[in-house]
Amino acid sequence: MPLHCAAILVAMVLTGAARADLIGDKAAGEAVFSKCSGCHEIGKGATDRIGPHLNGIFGRRAAAHEGFDYSAAMTRAGVDGLIWTAETLDAYLENPRALVSKTRMSFRGLPDPDDRANLMAYMRGFSDKPPHLPEAEPTARTTNNDLDPAILALQGDPEYGAYLSNECLTCHQSDGSAAGIPSITRWPEEDFVVAMHAYKRKIRPHPVMQMMAGRLSNEEIAALAAYFKDLE
Amino acid sequence: MKLNRRVFIGTGTAAAAMVAAPAVLAEGHAKPRVIVVGGGPGGATAARYIAKDSKGAVDVTLIEPSRTYFTCFFSNLYLGGFKDIEDLGHTYGALAAKYAINVVHDWAVAVDRSAKTVSLAGGSVLPYDKLILSPGIDFIDGAVEGWSLAAQNAMPHAYKGGSQTELLKAQIMAMSEGGIFAMVAPPNPYRCPPGPYERVSMVAHTLKASNPTAKIIVADPKDKFSKQSLFEEGWAKHYPGMIDWIGSDFGGGNVSVDPAAMTVTIDGEETKVDVCNVIPAMKAGRIAEMAGVTDGNWAPVHAVDMSSKADADIYVLGDAADQGDMPKSGFSANSQAKVCANAVRGALTGSKVFPAKFSNTCWSLIDTDDGVKVGATYEATPEKIAKVDGFLSEVGEDSATRKATYEESEGWYAGITADMFS
Repeated sequence: MPLHCAAILVAMVLTGAARADLIGDKAAGEAVFSKCSGCHEIGKGATDRIGPHLNGIFGRRAAAHEGFDYSAAMTRAGVDGLIWTAETLDAYLENPRALVSKTRMSFRGLPDPDDRANLMAYMRGFSDKPPHLPEAEPTARTTNNDLDPAILALQGDPEYGAYLSNECLTCHQSDGSAAGIPSITRWPEEDFVVAMHAYKRKIRPHPVMQMMAGRLSNEEIAALAAYFKDLE
Repeated sequence: MKLNRRVFIGTGTAAAAMVAAPAVLAEGHAKPRVIVVGGGPGGATAARYIAKDSKGAVDVTLIEPSRTYFTCFFSNLYLGGFKDIEDLGHTYGALAAKYAINVVHDWAVAVDRSAKTVSLAGGSVLPYDKLILSPGIDFIDGAVEGWSLAAQNAMPHAYKGGSQTELLKAQIMAMSEGGIFAMVAPPNPYRCPPGPYERVSMVAHTLKASNPTAKIIVADPKDKFSKQSLFEEGWAKHYPGMIDWIGSDFGGGNVSVDPAAMTVTIDGEETKVDVCNVIPAMKAGRIAEMAGVTDGNWAPVHAVDMSSKADADIYVLGDAADQGDMPKSGFSANSQAKVCANAVRGALTGSKVFPAKFSNTCWSLIDTDDGVKVGATYEATPEKIAKVDGFLSEVGEDSATRKATYEESEGWYAGITADMFS
């Protein structure tokens, strides 16, 4: 028995180390950060500018940095339970609107998974207590959240979308009212699709939406997007 | 087999009559006719969706006795002081004006399934091609010893929205200092599974402010209930020592009441109480039984379109339906209504019928900004509406999450009532 335990421990440590190597290249990440530095500062003495400073971002709840005036969408994401981990940051960096629709961060995203991994490796160096961050999981993974272009290219059937939308309208109002529950009318089709897939893959938090999106097919999400984009 | 001439003529005439019927209809009445009985989340939604989506191709009549409909959902928030009664009232003006629904404020008292007509208390007899019954619940006679509908003023059920809700609130406000509020909870299945326990929370919230030494006792024929761990956590946190829940293990199902003496006897122990909220065992609203579509207490339906298993031209929605796994809730009824509306419209106008999808979420408020929720999605199988996936709020959630859940429930109330009435 003791031998077995020791063997497992060794295996875990090795896997952790091996995965940690996969975070990315800090130096390359610093170069990528130049795309962010117009709005965000990071490192010693960093302050809030157009966007909040990014020290200590890993492990923090979205919109939780005191003193910064976040958008309503980011505040809602934080309340919904969005925590910045490697996985969620990766998805946000790839396409900010997938995770936080109507985020004030007007950045079209980093399509290259290596860029994102390198950037996160760089940013992770400025988190408060890196040793306390989960090393192997989830910060050590390079992931590819890219939606299959075939999914984005799907042409939805608005008639089917109209039927499916009936289910949304039990909570989301067709006139666009947004008290308590956000508005979903007149969204760009692609934003709608990436947001629903982020729920479906449970990257974007919210139990009701994860459940609703979870049982919608790719075609059904496309149909809903096609319907809602034109809803007045 | 030898056909006798009279039989042949007889069946031939019947067949001719059946073929001719739509033509006669078309001459006198160009459109197919749908009658919806009951203007709650099932009926109002079904009427609105059929009329809206058929764009005038279907004649829709909605029969509902009340001119102002007070939702039963959120009525506990009125008891807790979070809503005024006016906040819960809705009228049918938009359904009539915007979608040309013929709204009739009357009681449906009989259904003639062979003639395909509905009789109203006022004397009218209305023909239908498709009939949708969404009558909600009625109470089973003799379910609680000593209680009958005649005692509902002394011991209100407050399980249909409106005057009963107001009566219960008035009784709570008039309780003597340190007095007792008793609830007799219902056995499964019943409308709104977390409802009685949200009510206990809301009554406690009101008493904590106005009468903090008052006590609440709940006699329950069940040994567990919806969101139990969440409610018990909340009761211990917000209302310590105030609420005594007596489940079936401790005799909570062995209960009788005396409305004249205002006493409740639980497992042989008699207690004098200030208020007694009796929520008896339930059954489908009585028009379902009168239409002959019930089997036991509820009306069995096909999951795919909510059509009655007893009659292909009748559909049963919401609390009254025996459909499978969905809880009896306003959200469920609204969800079922949309599936049904799509199927009925398809049958009458040939519009495309899409696959059934159902969902439900029930929010409950435990105290100010302390909301919890439970929900699930469902699909139609040949046997029943079957659960696919679900979720439940967790014990120990932070206050920001609970506040957001409460605000979400407010958003849902605005959403579903717009989906029914606007």
